[in-house]
Amino acid sequence: MSLLEIRNLHLTIHGTPVLSGIDLDIAPGEILAVTGESGSGKSMTAFSVMQLLPQGARASGAIRLDGQDLLSLSETQLCDLRGRAMGMVFQEPMTALNPVQSIGQQVMETIRIHDRSADAQAARARAHDVLTRVGLPPERFPLGRYPHELSGGQRQRVVIAMAIALRPRLLIADEPTTALDVTTQAQILELLKRLVAEDGMALMMITHDLAVVADLADHIAVMRNGEVVETGPTRTVLRDQTHPYTRMLFAASRHAVDLPEAPPPVPLLKVTDLRRSYPGARPHPFAPRPRIEAVRGVSFALHRGERLGLVGESGCGKSTLTRAILGLDPVQGGSIHLNGDSITQHVPHALRRQIQVVFQDPFGSFNPRHRVDRLITEPFHLLDDPPKGAARRNAVADALDAVGLKPDDAMRYIHEFSGGQRQRIAIARALIIRPQLIVFDEAVSALDVSVRARILDLIADLCRAHGLTYLFISHDLSVVRSVTDRVLVMQAGQIVEDGATDHVFAAPRHPYTQTLIDAAPVLPDLPALRNETP
Amino acid sequence: MGTYLLRRVLSLVVSLALASVVIFAVVEIAPGDPARFMLGVNAQPDTVAALRAELGLDQGKVARYLAWVGGMLSGDFGTSYTYRTPVAQMVADRLQVSLPLAGYALVLSVLIALPAGIYAAARRGRPGDVAVMGATQLGIAIPNFWFAMMLVLIFAIRLRWFNAGGFAGWDAGLWAGLHALTLPAIALALPQAAILARVMRSALLDVLGEDFMRTARAKGLTRGQALRRHGLRNALIPVLTIIGLQFSFLLAGGIIIEQVFYLPGLGRLIFQAISARDLIVVESVVMLLVFAVIVVNFAVDLAYVAVDPRLRARS
Repeated sequence: MSLLEIRNLHLTIHGTPVLSGIDLDIAPGEILAVTGESGSGKSMTAFSVMQLLPQGARASGAIRLDGQDLLSLSETQLCDLRGRAMGMVFQEPMTALNPVQSIGQQVMETIRIHDRSADAQAARARAHDVLTRVGLPPERFPLGRYPHELSGGQRQRVVIAMAIALRPRLLIADEPTTALDVTTQAQILELLKRLVAEDGMALMMITHDLAVVADLADHIAVMRNGEVVETGPTRTVLRDQTHPYTRMLFAASRHAVDLPEAPPPVPLLKVTDLRRSYPGARPHPFAPRPRIEAVRGVSFALHRGERLGLVGESGCGKSTLTRAILGLDPVQGGSIHLNGDSITQHVPHALRRQIQVVFQDPFGSFNPRHRVDRLITEPFHLLDDPPKGAARRNAVADALDAVGLKPDDAMRYIHEFSGGQRQRIAIARALIIRPQLIVFDEAVSALDVSVRARILDLIADLCRAHGLTYLFISHDLSVVRSVTDRVLVMQAGQIVEDGATDHVFAAPRHPYTQTLIDAAPVLPDLPALRNETP
Repeated sequence: MGTYLLRRVLSLVVSLALASVVIFAVVEIAPGDPARFMLGVNAQPDTVAALRAELGLDQGKVARYLAWVGGMLSGDFGTSYTYRTPVAQMVADRLQVSLPLAGYALVLSVLIALPAGIYAAARRGRPGDVAVMGATQLGIAIPNFWFAMMLVLIFAIRLRWFNAGGFAGWDAGLWAGLHALTLPAIALALPQAAILARVMRSALLDVLGEDFMRTARAKGLTRGQALRRHGLRNALIPVLTIIGLQFSFLLAGGIIIEQVFYLPGLGRLIFQAISARDLIVVESVVMLLVFAVIVVNFAVDLAYVAVDPRLRARS
């Protein structure tokens, strides 16, 4: 007997079809993972169940919770169900909580709007219990704390506490761990699993991460373009992959690129005992500002033609280190040399052009008012004699061609391109003046798996064609494993492990590296699955 | 928190000190002799000399600055040259009108603007929103003296609910005073309310798009409950900023309205002092207004902290 039954659900937003003919079931105590790439409609399916759809949305079909059709209910009846019979956890824990209310107030609110008999005292006691259940015991995390006083993982626990405070029968989690570090992700997934087991509630888990799905879910539904293309028990779907799209998703997720051999080591970038600190808040008006040490004596070398990875959790100092190498921030100690020339304090143009960067956000890192032609020639101002006229056009065409775009694309604006194409343009911008070193700062983290696989292939192709040297910064261990020769593991401003990528992943020496690797969810081994007797 | 307060008070004192130097310097740097400027080109040399002595212009600049600041600190703002009365007394008389008028107008502005802005935001794109936005457009576009004259024509001359102008003082009682200030306060408040309503609406619309509003709805709050409990306080920061600016403006910016309603307010005092070239009055009143603006900003800063716990942490 299903707790949630979705039958032939169609959804349009301002007339545009978003979902067509969705059929899904979740039984009590079961975890259903809805997966697919961006735009597949998985989040809209979740919002359809909660009936929290954007303006202009029209749903038809049936969504039955315990036999009650949600589409036929009034707004008042839905308000009564939301938070009590069905709860929801969101992707962005940093913004999902009201910044001006304490966590206690926000958890108590769920309790008090549904149980009018609960006075403040009773609601407080129940909030106390719920927060303890999700791992935030009020002895250590008082109810009066505000969201900004908690980390991302702790905030996600508060959001979960709000969603499960009244023990709903259905919990919907929309990419609940996507914004979190791997170790925090593992803890949150563990917590969700435990709550499902304890309360016997049904969990609808929306995620793009197939490794998370394989680890957690009893059933999988794979979505594409607003349709469910394949659904079934997790092991069966993983083993059989009957739909070509499912096969493509899994192939892209475990995509390994074919990097050419690295040339013999010739030093290019040398970072020695680098220190970066910035001033913190004064304890009182006349006190000196304390220094917060973000990078604490980091040393490493990067050789010409080498592909170096940098991994670590948020706040470990990898972004600060990157900014220092790019010359964007002053350093307080140590030195950075490129080809033997110091770029520690001041970076002259002649050296500045030797390092280019590709950022994470394919949407925010371009000026929307400029054409591609102007965007990718931005680094030309670093040249003493930038190409003009036909030479410039040729340089633009070559750069676009190198990243798999057409020369005509030069005259288009950035909003005309998809996320993957934008990341190609960002790479073209970095390549156009033939730098000696490219920094990829979480450059594929915002992309769908299939797009990510193609961008990683592009990077490998460019390595073959141009002998790229790069520093690849990512929180995603599987990506770093596939596109780097050597990896640095950073923790609390220090590099705790440095070694050949294969060695580090196969036999980590530092306990922190071990923790990271253990926490990262992995796709199950396909041949092993197939050999299992069904 | 204590640290934050102390830092804000320090910055307030420094701002005031800097403002006093600037105001003093402007009068100093202005070409020509202040005494000759005040008396006009046809003044007799001995009259100018007498005024120079009275103004203390024969002393050094630093000594004069210190005497001026010291006087203000002890409540002595000097003596008006044209009226021959202490400036402090004149300002106090005018403040009895201007301060309540500004407060009255501000209260009206807030009472009109916040509900209108909230109403419009909650009905974004629907007829109610369009109507409110149209009304605020008019409120901003139409000059307030025209509003003032319309109010006089309708409520004073035709309906005879109010007097057309004048202010008998507070001796006649609180009600009589407020009654006399009502039309001017409405005239002052309407354009301010129009601006404030737009700020309230757009701030609230920004907040309505935030993730935590969706979280609130997922808990089971209705749209209205979510807006009241989670939206309003978050939308308040930009609104507080505008309220602070408006109060400073209302205190001295009501000169046209004071003129229309024959009110003896601060705006008219400055206007008269400038016309009469009474630099002593101008200098002191400007300093007082700067003081008011800085104190209001200080109060707004404190209000931010009360509204937003993140600022408490940062401070």
